[in-house]
Amino acid sequence: MPTIYIDGQAHEVSEGDNLLQAALGLGLDLPYFCWHPAMGSIGACRQCAVLQYQDEDDTRGRIVMGCMTPVTEGARFSLAADRAQAFREDIIESLMLNHPHDCPVCAEGGECHLQDMTVMVGHRDREYQGRKNTHRNQHLGPLIHHEMNRCITCYRCTRYYRDYAGGTDLAAMASHDHVYFGRHEEGVLESEFAGNLVEVCPTGVFTDKSLVHDYTRKWDLQSAPSVCTACSVGCNIMPGERYGKLKRIHNRFNHDVNGYFLCDRGRFGGHFVNSEDRIPAVGKRDGDGRFSAVDADSAVSSIAALLRQGKTIGIGSPRSSVEANYLLRELVGAENYCTGMSAQEGALVQHALQQLEQSQALVPSIRAMESADAVLVLGEDVTNTAPRIALALRQSVRNKAYAMAADLRLEAWQDAAIRNLAQDQRSPLSVLSVAATRLDDVASHTAQLCPDDIARVGFAIAAELEGALPAVDLGAELAELAKTIADTLRSADIPLVVSGTGCGHSGILDASAAIARALTGPDRPAQLSFCLAECNSLGAALVADGAGMGLEEVLELAAQDGIDNLLILENDLFRRTSCSKADSLFQAAGNVVLLDTLTTPTCDNADWVLPTSSFAETEGTLISQEGRAQRHFPVFNSVAPIRENWRWLLDIGHCAEVATCKSMVHFDDVTTSCANTIKTLFGICAAAPAASSVPAADKVPRQTHRFSGRTAMRANISVHEPRQPTDEESPLSFTMEGHSAEHNGALLPYVWSPGWNSNQSLHKYQSAVGGALQGGTAGTRLIEPGDIDAAQESSGSTAPALNAGEYRLVPLYRIFGSEEMSVRAPAVAQLCRPAGLEMPASVAAELGVSNGDGVTLTATTGNVDLEVTINDSLAANCVGYSHGVSGTGGLVPGSATKLCRAENWQRAPELIGTDRGATTA
Amino acid sequence: MSALINALSTRELAEIDDEISHAPYRSAVAIDALKIVQAHRGWVSDESIKALATYLEMSAAELDSIATFYNLIYRRPVGDKVILFCDSVSCWIRGCAKLEQHIGDRLGIKRGETTADNRYTLLPVPCLGACDKAPVMMVGDDLHENLTADSIDAILADDSTSRGEHD
Repeated sequence: MPTIYIDGQAHEVSEGDNLLQAALGLGLDLPYFCWHPAMGSIGACRQCAVLQYQDEDDTRGRIVMGCMTPVTEGARFSLAADRAQAFREDIIESLMLNHPHDCPVCAEGGECHLQDMTVMVGHRDREYQGRKNTHRNQHLGPLIHHEMNRCITCYRCTRYYRDYAGGTDLAAMASHDHVYFGRHEEGVLESEFAGNLVEVCPTGVFTDKSLVHDYTRKWDLQSAPSVCTACSVGCNIMPGERYGKLKRIHNRFNHDVNGYFLCDRGRFGGHFVNSEDRIPAVGKRDGDGRFSAVDADSAVSSIAALLRQGKTIGIGSPRSSVEANYLLRELVGAENYCTGMSAQEGALVQHALQQLEQSQALVPSIRAMESADAVLVLGEDVTNTAPRIALALRQSVRNKAYAMAADLRLEAWQDAAIRNLAQDQRSPLSVLSVAATRLDDVASHTAQLCPDDIARVGFAIAAELEGALPAVDLGAELAELAKTIADTLRSADIPLVVSGTGCGHSGILDASAAIARALTGPDRPAQLSFCLAECNSLGAALVADGAGMGLEEVLELAAQDGIDNLLILENDLFRRTSCSKADSLFQAAGNVVLLDTLTTPTCDNADWVLPTSSFAETEGTLISQEGRAQRHFPVFNSVAPIRENWRWLLDIGHCAEVATCKSMVHFDDVTTSCANTIKTLFGICAAAPAASSVPAADKVPRQTHRFSGRTAMRANISVHEPRQPTDEESPLSFTMEGHSAEHNGALLPYVWSPGWNSNQSLHKYQSAVGGALQGGTAGTRLIEPGDIDAAQESSGSTAPALNAGEYRLVPLYRIFGSEEMSVRAPAVAQLCRPAGLEMPASVAAELGVSNGDGVTLTATTGNVDLEVTINDSLAANCVGYSHGVSGTGGLVPGSATKLCRAENWQRAPELIGTDRGATTA
Repeated sequence: MSALINALSTRELAEIDDEISHAPYRSAVAIDALKIVQAHRGWVSDESIKALATYLEMSAAELDSIATFYNLIYRRPVGDKVILFCDSVSCWIRGCAKLEQHIGDRLGIKRGETTADNRYTLLPVPCLGACDKAPVMMVGDDLHENLTADSIDAILADDSTSRGEHD
């Protein structure tokens, strides 16, 4: 730990830091723009200038850039020297030459790093009298608003977009006074991570379009710590609310999970909360088939009466919290609880869970994945199923560059130097998938294979690592590929295998586990990670506790004996099974009670509908694919009669006098009861502090201390301000009083610090700049490496063989479209396309179809017509359907299917100049 | 895609291929390829950028960031000849501002503009490397030194005569 002197004061700082990091870490204010804790230093903006002195006798010093100056033992600096201050003020003045004075109408205002830095350096008066440059803005799609005039050319946007996230369609155009950050031509930004530009840009060039169109200043937003529900990764988010509407979602730093960045599905998909499709009232279906609104309490007692009378099957949901699933299980009895997943998916998740629990390999956090120096992605299109992991894998390939830099004793933050040094040298990343993926551009080895072959190559890699012969003959080419990939993994210090349930193939999970097992040695922790389908897939499986029916079992039960009551928790069965099967289930069930947030086709078949709060209005614990239990808290209260899912179920439980429900009153009681009942969920109480852990007077405020207009915002109703609602369920309060900084990391509702209004204030909450939160990392891991790692029996091939004229049906995923709730957000919906069937040109030729034609797909559950898109990267004999997109609910991944040209297919009208058409490798 | 097939001529492609044969990877010849396209077409259109980017295996944004970086890659149509008029320090000392005004008056255009007959585009340039003979300008490929109002008139008159001969 070197000692440095800043303005005469001695400080101990971390070895290898630069001065800017060190100064910020010491709590000193040093302004900066181009530096970013996740992206390192390039010394471009010149804003963090300080004086460095040669030695004790040097009184003059020289200007150096803080972010480019390593801290060395005995180094002497001055931040406060007049020359340094004047230099920094001059820099701001020059950056402000062309910056418009439009703060009052700018969406960044009030959380603008440029504003903060301008105030920090004391530059108050603009002396520049000339004309300001103006630019034409570009339409960058429905998510991001572009306002180029505000640019101060710090280059953070392109450094993030191109260097960090791998995007290719945003670049710095022109030079000197005309620099322009934009696309070659107007159009939707292609990167799945473009939304982070909103937070990366230090001013208002890139802003959240839906926030711009329905605006609230940061200080007027009510926020709470929350967890993204758009995939199984469980990124931490900070949704902001005003007037009962979700206004925006910002990243909530979690050192081990999402770090500084989210994917666009997570950032923009949460707006379904404001959807007009929200179920507004408690509905009971009349004799004429129409819903009539009924009183909530009488609905609860009627439903409780139903539960007491007959046999009730509870269908849970992998998108509902652990607590809600647990309560449902308690209401209907463990033997009548269904996880809400199809039998195939349920079995896969159970299988994945088993593998993870038994494996000696570490289930890595996202941050741990970034440190892997050789990665194998087996059968999972990570970018579209668990996007944040794809961003992490993109960083993992840079470990080669960091190793080269370490040899030259270059610090990891020397971003430009290291990129220049490494050029296109990367750590190995192998991607075996059914079709080309968006990670292929940084992959060292790629192959597109059918799921069975992916599993076979996986097993061959495991065999190669163990020095055994592969069980099946793969042919020379694939055997060579397996050997090459095995070599990359063998020579790595931290090898990582990423797979998942995406292909619907258990052999792929087995193969991944086998590789991880072969890689694990006494001095080497191999990493094994499985991407799962939904935000609480793992939680639902854990609640089932080894039992739990799949949907098909419920269908069978219904067909055999009929079901008196069906209690469905936040689940649209039409996404899980075919229309005909779902219809027959609803016909066989006496009473169908549905709890859900938005209207769905299942809603149309329910006899009772109870409106539930969205993730932004309720607390709940979700278990991510890492096995991390994380709690989300309500950002705002939902309007009666909408209630939290757990509250509806608890109310029904009380009314039906279910024994376990008796002792439960509060949310924390449910969590505790669940933790005590289900052994594997014992840890969930530690996911976040309980409501009782914080004295009422010391609760964490959801509102900022500048929160304004509390009376005015409802003056149209009454000028008398009502009492703020109290929150008895969490350690947070709906007020502005109190302080948020000193609490547990899981309770951080927003970041702010005096003089630091933007999200850059985060470093004030971190233990070290870029490090974990002072209050601890949110969430608690439930799965740690097992002791015994027994080889699993595996069949190798699980898919039925293809007969002549049949094709292998594989699921293809879309970041915008495959996830149920995010597609109901209006901006995201604009980026969704109807379901389709992708096929190689060879298959299209056999069928005599081309792009835009229709094919009829013969599935066991009935015929489906889908639009053809030619995708030559698909593995031979494979056809890929858009998984999760409306109309594909009954299709079974991995099944063999017959195809023929669709009769009476109406081609969509073709627009000249659209990019509809082939996605080629 | 069909719009892109003919966006580059066989001749342009041949010249670009020749450059590629000397380069370690295709996108390394980006600047030469832009110059080749400009030599054939006078300027580089959006369509050319897209076609070139595909051909050089880079993104259009990346190629456009290079094309727009260089003042002498024209991303908008220019006249038959570009007048590069030096306004750097030596030429400025020697009174280029007045001469620029003179050219402007003669041609009826200001810097950055093209004459109505599409003959000339007037662009400022920060140095032509002939400071000892300031003020200087280039008309097309020809450098003209020690400019005066009269010599400018003569140069423009000559140019239009020689052009007339070729027409």
